[in-house]
Amino acid sequence: MSLFVATLQNEFVKTIRRPRSYIGFGIITFICLMLQAAFYQDGKEILSTVTAQIDSIFSVQGNILNGNLICFIVLQTLIVQMPLLVAFVTGDTLSGETASGTIRFLLTRPASRIQILLAKWLAGLFYTLMLLLVLGILALFVSRWIFGSGDLMSLNSEGLTIIRADDINWRWMGAFGIAFLSLSVVATYATLLSCLMDNSITPIVTVMATIIVFTIIGLFDIPSFDVLKPYLFTTHMIAWRSLFEDPVPYSDILFSCGVLVFHLLAFLGLAIYFFNRKDISN
Amino acid sequence: MTAAIHLNNVSKTYGNFTAVDHLSFTVRQGDIYGFLGPNGSGKSTTLRMIMSLIQPSAGEIFLFGHSLKENRKAIMQKIGCIIEKPDFYTYLSATENLQLFARASELSFRKADIDRLLEQVGLQGRGNDTVKTFSHGMKQRLGLAQALIHDPELIILDEPNTGLDPQGIIDLRNLILNLNKQHGKTILFSSHILSEVQTLCTSMIVIHHGKTIVQGKVDELLSTETVTVRLELAQPENGIAFIQQSAWHAYLQEQGSECRFAMPKTEISLLVRALSEAGIAINRIDYKNQLEEYFLKITQH
Repeated sequence: MSLFVATLQNEFVKTIRRPRSYIGFGIITFICLMLQAAFYQDGKEILSTVTAQIDSIFSVQGNILNGNLICFIVLQTLIVQMPLLVAFVTGDTLSGETASGTIRFLLTRPASRIQILLAKWLAGLFYTLMLLLVLGILALFVSRWIFGSGDLMSLNSEGLTIIRADDINWRWMGAFGIAFLSLSVVATYATLLSCLMDNSITPIVTVMATIIVFTIIGLFDIPSFDVLKPYLFTTHMIAWRSLFEDPVPYSDILFSCGVLVFHLLAFLGLAIYFFNRKDISN
Repeated sequence: MTAAIHLNNVSKTYGNFTAVDHLSFTVRQGDIYGFLGPNGSGKSTTLRMIMSLIQPSAGEIFLFGHSLKENRKAIMQKIGCIIEKPDFYTYLSATENLQLFARASELSFRKADIDRLLEQVGLQGRGNDTVKTFSHGMKQRLGLAQALIHDPELIILDEPNTGLDPQGIIDLRNLILNLNKQHGKTILFSSHILSEVQTLCTSMIVIHHGKTIVQGKVDELLSTETVTVRLELAQPENGIAFIQQSAWHAYLQEQGSECRFAMPKTEISLLVRALSEAGIAINRIDYKNQLEEYFLKITQH
């Protein structure tokens, strides 16, 4: 077994066996089930309020309150929580070991620091993927099981878009793919901060603070902010929503993915740089 | 024979503070080395540099004749260590922790091997318990197990006695001696318990303010040293009169119900015999640990 594979296997064991890894799954399950229960109870009433505004223009027929709509709502709702859940585990990946002292044993083994960091990073991405997988199963498949399938009616800045049910599965796959890329940027940023700090809390708080500040910058139409917006990774974290527009703005989505990949590689490069030079003196 | 460890002018600075200052020393293979120094002398920083946890600001470290910087992977396969307190993944069992460390050393391991190792460090039957249920002493024993799991040639132990009960200290001493005598392991041993260092170590290195101040064989370094001997005599008047008239007078520093001598350790038995032959009974005799006195003398400048 190569040293890197062995190191990676160790990181998977730690991620799977660590109690804190399961908090995220618990929260996602709770939020999904809570929203599904709420829409099951009051969904029709909520939707009739929304559709009342367009009833004079359109005749809405069929099952609007369907699994696709619930999944769309859940995904929009969790855009704030998911980075926190990802940072909760990945922000602790190195700083937690530094704080607990296990980093000393880890770094006095033959594996190089780059191998250790990459193994931890990949384990973090695996965890992120698992979170999204659980979210996908709960938000999409369970919602479809409860509410049935149907056309997705999405309201965005451009207006109302109806996506036909037989044209939606590839969009969901793309949306979850972009969401994974976005959360991977968050996971990599948290890993970078975890290299720089010696306690578990500060990287997690810093990730959240960054996302909040960047999101606020993104909200306001101020010229000086407008210059920054295209370069902030948070601006592009919601690129998955563009897949539910008609026509799909592929060039915008590709640009967003490019910015996200650039951030990911930059954060990873910086993490390798700093971790290679870090003195373990505590 | 190739040196197990050779430090060549190694320094470590943090801003304006110099933790280790052009430190050079050599640890021969097959020896048990005591690594001593007062708090803040740079011991831990030095051990961490040897274990590649801290990068030297200057100088070079060689292990088994190879540069640590250029041959880290091969060198780390040959070293086991406990640096300060042993910390583990508390949510995993002792066996799972050891499996993790074995895997990190590219070892193919069997549960029977891990059970044997746990037995060697006195943790038989505790392999399936999670580490969070372990006392500090038990963690220290598990720390030893992880240091030995890959059968290293060089074992670096930083304060391994900390938290051990008296039986644990005796077990550790026997284990270290066994590893050295039976298996030829080189051991670099840092401890504040100087009597333990004197008992165990064949050689020692003393550093102070980040510099080597003494290095050599323990016996040779201490052979020329005098020790402070305290005698409580049954009949102090007769005893003091005898001492005043004999050559032992030269060593006498303080007289009374308890007499204090500064003398070579090798002559203590001769003094006892002389007093006995003169019919002077001794109620109590003790002498301060020789290494302790030596250590204090050389580090108090």
